[in-house]
Order: sequence, then C-alpha cells, then structure tokens
Amino acid sequence: MFDNLADRLQGVFDGLKSKGRLTEEDISKAMKEIRMALLEADVNYKIVKDFTNKIKERALGADVLESLTPGQQVVKIVLDELTSLLGDTESKLTLTSRIPNVIMLVGLQGSGKTTAAAKLAYLLKEQGRRPVLAACDVYRPAAADQLETLGNEIDVKVFRGDGKDPVAIAQSAIKFAVDDLKDVVIVDTAGRLHVDEAMMQEAKNIKAAVKPDQVLMVVDAMTGQDIVTVVEAFANEVDFDGVIISKLDGDARGGGALSVRAVTGKPIKFVSMGEKPDSLEVFHPERMAKRILGMGDVVSLIEKAQKAADEKQIEDAERILRDGFTLEDFLKSIKGMRKMGGLNSIMSALPGANKLTQGADLDDSMIDRMEAIIYSMTKEERLKPKIINGPRRARIAKGAGVEVYDVNQLLKIFNDGTKAMKKLQNQMGGKKGKGKRKGFGGFGKMGGMPDMGDLKSMMDKLGLK
Amino acid sequence: MSFFERLKSGLSKSRERINESLNVLFEMGPDVNPEFWDDLEETLVLSDMGAPASDKIVSELQDYSTKKGLGGAGQVKKALVEQIAEIFTPVEIDPFTQEKSCVLFVGINGAGKTTTVGKLANEGVERGNSVLIGSADTFRAAAIEQLDVWGKRANVEIVKRERGSDPASVCFDTLDRADELGSDLVLIDTAGRLHTSQDLMRELAKVVNVTRKRADGKYRVFVVLVLDATTGQNGLQQAKEFNKALELDGLIVTKLDGTAKGGIAVAISHELELPIYKIGVGESIEDLKDFNPDEYAAALIGEKQGA
Ligand SMILES: Nc1nc2c(ncn2[C@@H]2O[C@H](COP(=O)(O)OP(=O)(O)OP(=O)(O)O)[C@@H](O)[C@H]2O)c(=O)[nH]1
Ligand SMILES: [Mg+2]
Repeated sequence: MFDNLADRLQGVFDGLKSKGRLTEEDISKAMKEIRMALLEADVNYKIVKDFTNKIKERALGADVLESLTPGQQVVKIVLDELTSLLGDTESKLTLTSRIPNVIMLVGLQGSGKTTAAAKLAYLLKEQGRRPVLAACDVYRPAAADQLETLGNEIDVKVFRGDGKDPVAIAQSAIKFAVDDLKDVVIVDTAGRLHVDEAMMQEAKNIKAAVKPDQVLMVVDAMTGQDIVTVVEAFANEVDFDGVIISKLDGDARGGGALSVRAVTGKPIKFVSMGEKPDSLEVFHPERMAKRILGMGDVVSLIEKAQKAADEKQIEDAERILRDGFTLEDFLKSIKGMRKMGGLNSIMSALPGANKLTQGADLDDSMIDRMEAIIYSMTKEERLKPKIINGPRRARIAKGAGVEVYDVNQLLKIFNDGTKAMKKLQNQMGGKKGKGKRKGFGGFGKMGGMPDMGDLKSMMDKLGLK
Repeated sequence: MSFFERLKSGLSKSRERINESLNVLFEMGPDVNPEFWDDLEETLVLSDMGAPASDKIVSELQDYSTKKGLGGAGQVKKALVEQIAEIFTPVEIDPFTQEKSCVLFVGINGAGKTTTVGKLANEGVERGNSVLIGSADTFRAAAIEQLDVWGKRANVEIVKRERGSDPASVCFDTLDRADELGSDLVLIDTAGRLHTSQDLMRELAKVVNVTRKRADGKYRVFVVLVLDATTGQNGLQQAKEFNKALELDGLIVTKLDGTAKGGIAVAISHELELPIYKIGVGESIEDLKDFNPDEYAAALIGEKQGA
C-alpha cells in the first residue's frame, strides 16, 4: 500500500532546495509520512506520537537541508533512532551457573510458545547443553502431545508429569532434570489472556515455584495496536526478562517489537522465523528497524525473487521436474542469483544465511567462475553432461581459463545437486504430498535455484572458504 | 451457563464497555471540540482499523456532523457506529444453516481454526444437524489429537489419517464418509500457514479444489478465513493472499474476549467483500457468537485505552 518511506520523504523534500529554508510545515509533512509508515507497521499510536516528536527535534537540529538528499537524511535519523530504541540493551540469552537453569515462556494464545520452546531447546542443545522441556499447558487439547512430538523430533526429553497441575509439573520437571543430569529446563506454559485474572495468577504461581532464571514473552509479529496493553499487563503481573518475536517469516512489518521495547524496556532476544526447529535467530535491531520502515531486506528480497521468477522460470521448473536438471538450468539459476544482486546481497539479506556462510569469504568471482565454465560448454554438453569426457573437460577448462580440477568440481557439484533434486522430486511428486514444507518459502518459485544448504556445500567444495 | 445465558452476559459485557467509553469519550460536555476528534481518531487507530481509514472516517464524520447539525458527542457517536456497521459486507448465505454444506477453515498459524471447528461442531449438534469433522491438518504436531478432543467434546465423528498424509485425500475421505452418514454439515480443519509461503498456499489451493470437485454440487463448499482479533495491519495482506489463492467466502474473527478490537476485520470485510459469520469470545466450547455489525462497531470504539 505504501511506498518505501525514503521515496515518500524524497517527495516531501523535493523542490525544497530552491526555497533554501526548511519550514516548520515541511517538517510537519515529513513527520506525517513517518507517522503513517509507523502506524502501517503496527507501531502503537502513542509511541508513534512520542517517536515523531523526538525525530522532529533531531531533524530540525540536524543539517538536513545542507544535505544533498534531505529525504534520505531524515530517513537516516529515523532509522538511527529506531535502531537504538530497539536494541540498546544486551539481547543475548544469559544462562546462570545454576543447575538446572530454568527458562519459562509466557504469552497469548496462538503466539507460538510451544514452537518457540522446541526451537530454544534445539538451540541450547546445539550449544552443548542438555535441555528438557516441561509441558505445563494443561488446557489446550493435545498441547503436551504437540510438545512431545516436537521434542522427539529434536531428540529432547519432554516432561509431562501428571498433566494436570502446571505448578507441580514445572517443579517435578526440575527434579527430573537434576536426576537425569539435564542442565536447562524450558517451561512451556498455556497461552493466556492478560485480562484473565485466574490464568495470570497461575503464571505467577509457576514463576514463584520454579524461580526461572529467564522469563521470555513470546509475541506474534503480526500483532496490532493492542500489544501495548498486553505486554504492559504481562510485565506488571508476571514480569519477564526478554522477548521472542514469532512468525517473522511472514511479511508483517513487526512494529509491535518497537512498542514492546518502548513500553517495557525489555530486550528482544530472538526472532522466530518458521516452523522448523532451527529457525530461531538472534535479534538484529537494524534489520528490524528497516523492516518496520518497509525498507526491509527480507521483504525486498522476496519481492526481488518474485520478479526474477518470471513465467519462463515457472515453465522451466516444470520441465525440470519432468525431464531433470541440466547444466543449462544450473546456468540459469546462477544468472538468477545475479539478478538478485549477487551472492553477497542474497546472503546479507537473508536472515540466518550468516550462519551458513560463517567464515566463507563470499565473493561473486565464484559465480563468475562457474558461469565461465558452463559458457565454455557446447549446448549438447550442457543438456547432457554425461558426455563430458576427459578431452572435453580439458577443452572446457581452457576455454574458461580455469583448471581441469575446477571443471571436475563443478560437474561433481552438479551431479550431487541432481541427486538431491531427484530425492526431492520423489518426495514431492509422490502421491503422499508430504515434504512440501522445505527451505525458505520465498524461493518456491525460483526454478532450479539451489537452496542455501546446497550453496554452502557448493562453496565448501569449490574451496571457497 | 447455557449458551443463551453466555450470549447475554457477553452482550452485557460489551455494553458495559461501551458505556464506560461513553463516559470517557463522548460525555465530554456539549462541545465536540478538536480534542474530541483527535481522541476519536486515536480510538479508531488503536482498534487496528488502520491510520488512513481512521483519518478518512473521522473527517467524513466531521463533515457529516456539521451538515446534519448533530447536537453533541452522543449523536456523533451514534452516527459513527452506524457508519462503521455499514462498512461490513452483509452475510448473504450463512454456511451454517444450509441444507448441506462443507466448510473449510483456513488461516495463519494459531489463529484459532481448530478451536472454532470444535465450537461450530457443537453448535451444529445443538441445532440438530448431523455434523462431521475432517482433520486435514496433517502437518502440525498433535493437530489430529487436538481436533480429536474437540470431536469428543462436541460428540461428533472425525475423519482422519495419520500425520504426514495428503490433506486433500483427507477431504476426499471426509466427503465419502459424509455421503455414507448423510451428514448435513461438514467442517474441515486445515493446517495453519503463513500467506507468504507460496508452496503451502498452493498446497491449500489443491485441498480446496479437490474438496470443491468432490462435493460436486451435493455439498455447498465454503472457505472461511479464521482471523485472530489481535492481528494488526498485516491482516489485510493475509486475507488478500488467502482470497487470491482460494476465493474465500467469509471470515470468522477469534479472541475478541481480550482487549483487541479486531478493527482490521472491518477493512477486510469491506475491501474483499467478505461477510463475517461468527466471532470467537473464549476458549470454551460455547464461546462462539453470531456476528452483529452494530455490536462489533460499538465495541470498536468502545474502550478508550490508557485513559
Ligand atoms: N481467548 C481466546 N482464545 C482462543 C480463541 N479461539 C482460539 N483460542 C486459543 O488460541 C490458541 C490457538 O487455537 P487453535 O484453535 O489451536 O488455532 P489453530 O488456528 O488451529 O492453530 P494451528 O493449527 O496451530 O495453526 C489455543 O490456545 C486456543 O485455545 C478465542 O476466541 N478466545
Ligand atoms: Mg489447528
């Protein structure tokens, strides 16, 4: 609905130069645009008011007009303020020396606590901890079953106790942890409304009984204006130490994150980006700020991906499913990456990709090299890579200005990729219809686009570490 | 408490809130001053109606009040409620009173689909329908078990397959079974998904298409989007995407027992021409109410937060 805030502000400041003076009215207009953008992002009304007042002061004080691009100057101020507001305090998960450590999750119904609990367990396990999950939601039908299933999937024990009394379950889970040499207990609680006195009291009781080292509130990224009322009540009644923003894999701007920070001062510790256990990520204030302003890297990346996936590519995807993947397709997917601004831009925009590329010095020369090799092949070779024998390899290497070794590597990656693709096809094409939830949703349309995991192993193999 | 009693108490709860708000918002004396309009706009924005819509409504109401020479805050408020109530797309065909209907529930993760299916199954049974539930959330952990509990509560049979099986086939099976039993109301739960996941939206489109084909005119098929009242401006985008992929018939708004007002539903109902069939007001089986545009509109401006 709204264009990028930067463009809109540019509009406001257009023609300003000739006047040579920034009037109160210009600034008001700009503030109005900012206000609209923030409200569109679901930042709370009152917070928007305070925020725009603050921005106004800074904008009047700064050399906005001196700048060649006053619009962008103001955007920068907004971005800076947002970023510092979102992330002034330490946002790491701090465990104490107590054994077991207890982490308790609270939140509204349907906010994503159970999924977050499993993700947290997974994360801790990856860090070498031995977590146990305590199923303290005794109200929602099959809530404990859900947690147990998720626990099984990541090989983390779920403690269910008697399935009746949440306080007793939480307490026994701690005893269990001690006996079973577990060092972190993650307490999943029932979703509750902040206005439900009995349920808020229950949360307090659980907290009093197990004295958690951390209470984390799970907040849905799509929440609207009411978030302020909700977190205020939770902060007053139960009190919490940090926030997990869930469902950020959607396209909500997530202005609620700002409201939570502004109202409670509690840091945002994690963002949760999907239904898979490994999709809990460290919070990046600047990314969030950009996202709130609609300059979101993720959002724009998805858009870019959609643009790149034109009709032709969908056709290609269908053909690939039918006839298999060729080097020609491989080349296309490489070009697709270029269209999206090259590897670096893809990686920096993708939350989580930093995990994959740790230590890998990514540069686009890798794309160049792969492209050159494929370009040196004949059409026939690209369509039927099997025919590429020794002499052909030597010729291709020469043509591309690389070593035969590089050609071999590329063919190996290609073959591995084809195998992986076949496996995927078997899962997807089968009548069962399962296995559809894979990878980054936004890339579903990118015919032949290797997923990030493949890219990483591809890079490893190319020695691009 | 009987359903009727609950309904009454629910109504009086919101009436209380309205009255409360009247005190704060509208009984500011005879003057409808600039501050009054600012407050009104704030109330609308805080209800998640969206800033542009709120601005528009307030300025139109300002004009209207001047033209009509409305005498004070009370009259302005009445006009506003009427105005908002009119924005909703009215219900033309109620899926829950058809001779034979099959209703699919779709929406974002955690919106309240499964709970709503349980409540509606119970409502159908109380109405004397022969109800059947289909469990097409074959993805989420323990989704089938959860729905099973609701089926037992409502005393309604459930058609299910093991987790991981094809959801479209479950719908097919469900309608087979409905034919056998001669069911007149078939309720199908689907897996929650974000509208941004193209794969999952495509999968859901397939589920809906298969169901429509299989129903073959014998059952009238409705696709209902379940929307959490706490949803902010992204709700419109959600609804648009679901509508684009599935051609929705209507909405159900849940979790209106909290303090969220569900203002985004106004925009969705209006822009996508989708009626609201029911509202969810709690976690118990009776916590479902018919949608009433006036009541909804009044509740929207009902409570002035933080005042
Ligand atoms: N307070 C309140 N809670 C509700 C309402 N409707 C559903 N819930 C709660 O919201 C949570 C999620 O509800 P579900 O019915 O499981 O939601 P769903 O859409 O089926 O969720 P998924 O299948 O996981 O996508 C549960 O804890 C429900 O008890 C309502 O009207 N009011
Ligand atoms: Mg469900």
